Amino acid sequence: MSFSRFILKRAVTMFGVLMATLLITIALVGSNMDAILKQSVALDVRQQVTDNKHLVATFKNPQDLDAFVERQIKQRTDALGLDKPWYYPPRLGLSMYKILTLDFGHAKFLTSATGSSDVKDIILEKMPRTILLFTTATLIISLIGIFLGALSGSKINSMLDKMTSTFAIISSSFPVWWIGMLMIFVFAFVYQIFPARATPLIPVTDPRYIGALLYHMTLPLITLVLIGFGSWAYLVRNFIVGIMQEDFVTAKRAAGVSEKKIIYTHALKNAAPPIVTVLALSLSGSLGGAIITEAVFDWPGMGRLYYDAINVLDLPVIIGETYILTAFFLVSIFLADVLYGYFDPRVRKG
Amino acid sequence: MSFSKEIWREFSKNKIGLAGIGILVILFAMSAVAALTIPIESFKEWNDPASWLTFPKSALPAWVNYFLPEKMPEHMILENTQAISQNVGNVFLTSSIFGVDYNYNQFPSDFIYEYTAKYTGSPLLQIWVTRPDGKEFELISISLPQSKTMTSYHGFIFSTDDSMIKNLRKNHDSFMFPIESLLAQNIVFSKTEQNNVLIGHYFFKVNLYNVNSKSSLETSKFILGGKVYGFMGTDELRRNLTVGLLWGTPLALFIGITVAIGSVVIGLIYGVFAGYKGKKTDESLMRLNDVIYAMPALPLLIILAVTIGNSIFLIVGFLVLFGWVGIAKVSRSMALQIKTLQYVEAAKIMGQKDYKIIFKHIIPQLLPYAFASIAISVPAAITTEAGLSFLGLGDPTFPTWGQILHDANTYGAAARGLWWWILPPGIMIAVTGLAFVFIGHAMDVIVNPRLKQ
Repeated sequence: MSFSRFILKRAVTMFGVLMATLLITIALVGSNMDAILKQSVALDVRQQVTDNKHLVATFKNPQDLDAFVERQIKQRTDALGLDKPWYYPPRLGLSMYKILTLDFGHAKFLTSATGSSDVKDIILEKMPRTILLFTTATLIISLIGIFLGALSGSKINSMLDKMTSTFAIISSSFPVWWIGMLMIFVFAFVYQIFPARATPLIPVTDPRYIGALLYHMTLPLITLVLIGFGSWAYLVRNFIVGIMQEDFVTAKRAAGVSEKKIIYTHALKNAAPPIVTVLALSLSGSLGGAIITEAVFDWPGMGRLYYDAINVLDLPVIIGETYILTAFFLVSIFLADVLYGYFDPRVRKG
Repeated sequence: MSFSKEIWREFSKNKIGLAGIGILVILFAMSAVAALTIPIESFKEWNDPASWLTFPKSALPAWVNYFLPEKMPEHMILENTQAISQNVGNVFLTSSIFGVDYNYNQFPSDFIYEYTAKYTGSPLLQIWVTRPDGKEFELISISLPQSKTMTSYHGFIFSTDDSMIKNLRKNHDSFMFPIESLLAQNIVFSKTEQNNVLIGHYFFKVNLYNVNSKSSLETSKFILGGKVYGFMGTDELRRNLTVGLLWGTPLALFIGITVAIGSVVIGLIYGVFAGYKGKKTDESLMRLNDVIYAMPALPLLIILAVTIGNSIFLIVGFLVLFGWVGIAKVSRSMALQIKTLQYVEAAKIMGQKDYKIIFKHIIPQLLPYAFASIAISVPAAITTEAGLSFLGLGDPTFPTWGQILHDANTYGAAARGLWWWILPPGIMIAVTGLAFVFIGHAMDVIVNPRLKQ
């Protein structure tokens, strides 16, 4: 199979996954969403009619008024297509198309800092903060991980190696959000160095906002790095150990190349493809985990938004976020696949 | 038989694996203790605040007193010591007197009087306190709800009661410092010259007056809220954390093991079937596998829990839904290798049915791998459930460790320093996970001998 065919095939699968996830989400929340929409339309119409004193005055008795309101509601719901169930194919197609073009509609309760209730605006406002926190964390984690992993991989069964492996196993057993609570306890309560809540108190428009945001970011960042670098180091170590047993390394050794040079140039170069793949995957994985981590630290990103949306059952936000998170997730899986296929031709045979 | 014996011999040489088994045995013992000593009914009341009223609020574990230079007051439940009934003319009086030696240097966190009165009419309930210095304060005087027939009335009187605080503040002449802003317990137990605890013997006297008919106090308890309680303390909602932590153990084990076994069985059969059948079947089954594999699990789990339901059995089902895919992938590739072995080919030529070949010849070969996978899948299931519970999506009738942490987070336990509310549940989650990681690691070494290096 040629490389372009491999990419095409993966892209088609990914698009299929995106559609399937979207369909499942709509299927799960569709009927709820319709009920809520109908309710809000009914409220709207009633409000409009009762506000219009002249109109109300033209009705002789309350029954006529009610009948009029009912007719108006019917008209509005029909215009919105709510007379058909969510699975009515044209409606389903339309809602899928809208979501695909990032038209998520308006949020029920939540708004962005500027007061917009357009779901797209809200998500776009939160997205940079999530990316800022988690990309920074992943970069630091991978740097420490690669360095520590190479170091312990070059000294198998040394003290450092054993400590790295132990730390990796233990640190990955603790939920990140629990460590987050401990960090808040230690650094916001016992030693009052960092704020307990990561949402800066000054408004977004203030020029000092960026500085405040970075300061508030420190505690979640330290937590993510602390819990993440162990398993990275362990992973890199295992790649290096595997490569160090290969023939070409033995040949280099026999040729008198120094051990240090073998590890940092030849071995790491060969371990690059899997490392890059894992990097792409862990970036997307961390975004999914952001929901809980951001809820703990009160970091004003997409995860917190999702958490808030669940608490008040703001369905347009939930659908929009699920779509964006899925898209992120799939793009990075796709990238990982492509990179791996590029580096390692055997994979393409699948 | 000899096969499993050999595995056990290998396993028993692995210290980490044995440590895992050891932790697991302790966890099972804890589950047994929970099931035997704490009735499941009292555990199911976890989210009902009314059933925890007589417990102290945010109390530290009792053992911290061993490490503190100055002891914190323990929670004291005084049962009725003396009950006296007398009558003067047509006024009937029932009294109940509680005596207590209070010798802590800190004020109690609060006090509560719990009673069940049996009466007709509308009796008057009065509580007085006699302090070590001889002073007598009236705490409260209320009439119980009118009833024409004989009735049993169960009620609580809290130290936060407005009229009690008002009554106590009337005694401001007795104190040499302002008491206007003090809580009831900080007045009752205070020295008169400064606001420190007056150590000594206190009497609380409860009088129930009724006209024309006799009334009685069926239950009568005076509770002095402590700052330490039990082995694990209590939370902000007065719940005994020992109960929650103990009962969390069987729940976590149930969730982890059920999800792991469910995922491995489904993944194994699905993968082996795809690998054995090959061709179109394999292609389409693996496409479906790819689709589920690439779905973001947590957002979908959240939506499922919000829309379909969050009973513990449903959550187990949802976790299985996303848990089997990885195992199916590996089992398929293993089945691809095994089906080319001669004895499988032979069975095929002899006309054995497909399902017989799968279940008799291929799956038994994969059993060691399956057991290792079960052990390795458990921690992820436990932490994912804990995460869902932490987001407030857990089953409210079965409080897990994640739900305890959810409540802790809601009440800002971390920023307020309530460490005993945060540390134990997280440690339990991690230790349970570690036990299975250790066991899985040891089994992995047996299954894949290459890992030994």
